[in-house]
Amino acid sequence: MHELSIASSIMGIVLESVPSNEEKHVKIVRVKVGELTAVVPESLEFCFEAITAGTPLEGAKLEIEHIGITGKCKECGGVFKVASLTFYCQYCNSPNIEIISGNELQVSEIETED
Amino acid sequence: MSVITIERKVLEKNDEIASKNRGLFQEKGVFAVNLVSSPGSGKTSLLERTLEFLKGKARIAVVEGDVQTDLDSRRIEKYGVPVVQIVTNGSCHLEAKLVQDAIGRIDLNDVDILMIENVGNLVCPSGYDLGEAMKIVIVSTTEGDDKPLKYPAMFRNSSVLIINKIDLLPYVNCNLEDLKNNALQINPKLRIFETSCTTGLGIRDWSEWLLNKGSNS
Repeated sequence: MHELSIASSIMGIVLESVPSNEEKHVKIVRVKVGELTAVVPESLEFCFEAITAGTPLEGAKLEIEHIGITGKCKECGGVFKVASLTFYCQYCNSPNIEIISGNELQVSEIETED
Repeated sequence: MSVITIERKVLEKNDEIASKNRGLFQEKGVFAVNLVSSPGSGKTSLLERTLEFLKGKARIAVVEGDVQTDLDSRRIEKYGVPVVQIVTNGSCHLEAKLVQDAIGRIDLNDVDILMIENVGNLVCPSGYDLGEAMKIVIVSTTEGDDKPLKYPAMFRNSSVLIINKIDLLPYVNCNLEDLKNNALQINPKLRIFETSCTTGLGIRDWSEWLLNKGSNS
């Protein structure tokens, strides 16, 4: 996927979220990356480090929370981890499921040092 | 030390524009589809066969996406439908903004069905909403039967699977039942069509389905 352009978007969101006099105090940026997004976490960390070098966010650490794929069955209401990419309800075998986690690609919070 | 809650999607800007595109399509009664596949699966050929079949039956417009050249839009022009070529100059997928710019050059009042042919790529387009009603993924028999398992996001995020180059089955190492089962494992709700742009097999079924969708939106 586009780890570099995603890192750039993350940086943009962080800069919009802190007052400019606090940018250099951003120590941690926490992001959620769902398994279905095909984003490679190590690649994203590397790109984030590269793109923030020489900016007020230099040194900010990217912490990635990996989110697995969870399904919810529309027939029986069961909630389950989608294992081995099999998108059927693991309780009643219905194909009528919705994906309730695994598609996330978001900046959840940042930690600043006062 | 303080924690600031953000909860913002990384692709929010794309999603905002995609929503606007979607709203515009709904307002104008346009059924928009996003055609995705690996390079060489037959997206453009399928478009050509579809345009031939639906000539006079539906008003179709096409948006072509390619890294380089306008070769595809020049093929489509011969069918007398509005077509806009997007050249990404390196980006391996279309984004909502590019589509927004392209549809600004088409009079959507005169369109029933908009077919967006994405850049040939089974990975990246799955993450970028363009505002379409649905994604249609095309796999050709020459690619083997394991592609749904290797590219799950694309098959999960699509509503229709078209298995193309069905006429080549006797010559390639592709088990059709395995391909369908693999696809349905990833997305049990996939509507599957089998086509050959060379022989014309399956073009009628697929085109009539599309026409039906287009008249209901």
